[in-house]
Amino acid sequence: MIEGLLIGLQTAFSLQNLLMVIGGCLIGTFIGMLPGLGPMSIIAIMIPVAISMGDPSAALILLAGVYYGAIFGGSTSSILLNAPGVAGTVASSFDGYPMARQGKAGKALTIAAIASFMGGTIGAILLMVFAPALSSVALLFHSAEYFALMVVGLSAIAAFAGSGQVAKALMMTVLGLIMATVGEGALFNLPRFTMGIMDLQSGFGFITLAMAMFALPEALFLVLKPREMGDSGEGEIKDLRINAQEAKAIAPVIGRQSLQGFFIGVLPGAGATIASFLGYAVERNIAPREEQEQFGKGSIKGLAAPETANNAACTGSFVPLLTLGIPGSGTTAILLGALIALNVTPGPRLMLDEPQIFWAVIMSMFIGNLVLLILNLPLIPYIAKVLSIPRNYLIPFILFFTMMGAYIGQNNATELLLLVGFGVCATALKFANYPLAPLLIGFILGGMMEDNFARSMQLYDGIAFIWERPMTLALLVIAAILIVLPSFRAHRARKRSMEVADGD
Amino acid sequence: MALDRWIALVLLGICLAYGYAAWFTMDDNLAPFMRRNPIWPSTFPKILSVLGIIAASVILLGLEKSEDTKEAEIDYRRLGEYKTGQAVLLLVLMVAYALCLRPVGFLLSTTVFLIAGSFILGERKWHVMIPVAVIATASVWYLVQEVLGIYMRPLPGFIGG
Repeated sequence: MIEGLLIGLQTAFSLQNLLMVIGGCLIGTFIGMLPGLGPMSIIAIMIPVAISMGDPSAALILLAGVYYGAIFGGSTSSILLNAPGVAGTVASSFDGYPMARQGKAGKALTIAAIASFMGGTIGAILLMVFAPALSSVALLFHSAEYFALMVVGLSAIAAFAGSGQVAKALMMTVLGLIMATVGEGALFNLPRFTMGIMDLQSGFGFITLAMAMFALPEALFLVLKPREMGDSGEGEIKDLRINAQEAKAIAPVIGRQSLQGFFIGVLPGAGATIASFLGYAVERNIAPREEQEQFGKGSIKGLAAPETANNAACTGSFVPLLTLGIPGSGTTAILLGALIALNVTPGPRLMLDEPQIFWAVIMSMFIGNLVLLILNLPLIPYIAKVLSIPRNYLIPFILFFTMMGAYIGQNNATELLLLVGFGVCATALKFANYPLAPLLIGFILGGMMEDNFARSMQLYDGIAFIWERPMTLALLVIAAILIVLPSFRAHRARKRSMEVADGD
Repeated sequence: MALDRWIALVLLGICLAYGYAAWFTMDDNLAPFMRRNPIWPSTFPKILSVLGIIAASVILLGLEKSEDTKEAEIDYRRLGEYKTGQAVLLLVLMVAYALCLRPVGFLLSTTVFLIAGSFILGERKWHVMIPVAVIATASVWYLVQEVLGIYMRPLPGFIGG
C-alpha cells in the first residue's frame, strides 16, 4: 500500500495534474452553484474535455475535482439563496439558509467548507483502507459472479428508490439496458435493433444520453419555472470565524457523519443525497432535546451533518466504481463511461494493472479537498457573485454546452437531434416522477452485463452457471430479495395501519 | 389516468415491439453455425423484454401503491401556467441548430443560436447580447479547434470553410 501511495503521490503531484485538480474544483464550484446544474450535468459537460486529454489519470483527476467542487458549490447556493444547485445539498439549506438570514452567512459557509473538507478527507482515508481489501476479494470473481453482481447493483438502485418508486426505477433500469442493446454488439458483430438506420449502427452515444437525461431536462425546468435568483443573498458576508465552543459542538457530528456518509455512499443507488438527508435526520434524533428545537432554525449541527455526509458519500461512491467497476450512482456511472472511453477498465484489475491511476485518484481526493478549503474560504464573497448571471444568458449557454458535449464526442449532427428527442422524453419522464439515473446506469452497465452473461453461458453451455456456482446463486437471490423487500414491507405497514384504524 | 401510467403504457408498447423483434424476427438471418451457440444475439434482449413488460404492467395497473404523493417540482397538470412557449421555442431552436451546424458552419450558427436563445427568453439588450455571443463563440471555437484539436467546419460550406 505504501508503494502504491508513493506512485499516487508522484502522479498526483505532477504540475499538470495539480492544475487539473485546482481547475476542476474551481469549475465545479462555479457551475455547481448555479441552480439546476447538478454534478451529473457538469461532469457530463466536462467529459469531452477530459476524454480529449488522452491521459486517463489526468482525466479522472479533473472529473473528480469537478465532482467535489460541484457538491461544494451546491451548498453555497443552498446556504446563501436557499436554491440548492444539487440534490445532495438540499438538506444543507434546512439550517444553512436560516443562518444566512440571521446574518451568519459567513459562519455558515465556513462550517460548510470545514465539514465538507473533513467528510471528504476521512472518506478518502476509508477508501484507501477498504478499496484494496474489496478488490482482492473481487479478483476471485468470474464472469458469472460479475453478471450476478451487476444484477445486484441494478436491483439495489431500484430498491433504494423509495416507496412507490420501485417499479418505476426498475422500468427505467430495464429501459437503459434495452437501449444498450441497440447497435452492433462486440460479441456477435451483428447490428441489432437499428431499424436499418446507419447512424444507430454504433449504438446511442453515452454522452448524448447523459446530457439528454440530466442537463437538458434541468435546463428546460429552469425555463418553465424561473426560480428567484440573486435577491436574498445581497447582504455583507463577514464574520467567517467559528469559535472554540462551536468547533467542539460540531466535531462529534463530523466524526459520525463521515463514517455513516461513507458507508451509505458505498451502497449502490444511495449516494450523496440519501446520505445527507439521513445524516441530518440521525443527528437531529440523537441531539439533546433543547438542541432539537434549534434544528431547522439555524443549528450549526444541522448544517455540519449533511455537509459532512454528502462529501463522505461522494468519496464512498468511488469504492464500487474503482474496485468492482460497477457504478453506484449516476455520477460515478458517468465517470465509468468516461474511463471506458479512455480505454481504462475499472475493476479489481485496475489496482494491479494500472496502480498509478488508482492511487492518483485517491491522492487527488486529498488534494482536491484541501484545494477546496483553501480556495473557498477567502473566495466565498466573490463566489456568490456568479449567482447574479441573468438567466437569459445562462440558459442558452447551458443548452449550447450540452449540444457541444454531444457533438464533439461523435462529430455527428444526428447526435444532436437524438439529444433533443431524448431530452424531451426525459423531461416527460421527469414530470411523471420517473427516476432518470437508473436508466443511465442500466445503459452503461448493459454492455458489460451482456458480455459477462454471454461468457458464462458459453462456459457452462447454458444457464447452468446460475446453480453450479453458489456465489452467483447467492448474489442473484440477494437481488431478488432487494426488489421484493420494499413492496413487501410497504404491504405489511399498510396492513398494520389498517388494523390500527379498525381498532379505533 | 395519471401521466406516469400513460408513460407506462407507451413504455409497454416499446417493450412489446422490442420483445416481438427479439422473439420472432431477429433470429431469422442468424448464420447456421451460430445457432449451435448456447447464446444468441437475441437471448439477452428476450430476457429484457420480459422484464420490461412486467415492470411496465406493474406501473400501468398500479399494483405498487405509493404512500407519499409528494409534490413534484413542476406540476404537469398546470403546464399552461408555466413558460411552455419559451421551452418549445428553445427546443425548436436546438433542432434548427442541429440541422444548420454542418451547412452553415460553426461560427455563424452558434452566434445566431446564442443570440436567438436569449431573445426567446425575453432579452432585448442587443448591445450586450451580440458581443457576448460573438466572444463566446470565438473562444469556444478556439478551444475546441486549437486546444483540443477537433475539427469543426467554421464557415458556411459555399465559402469553402
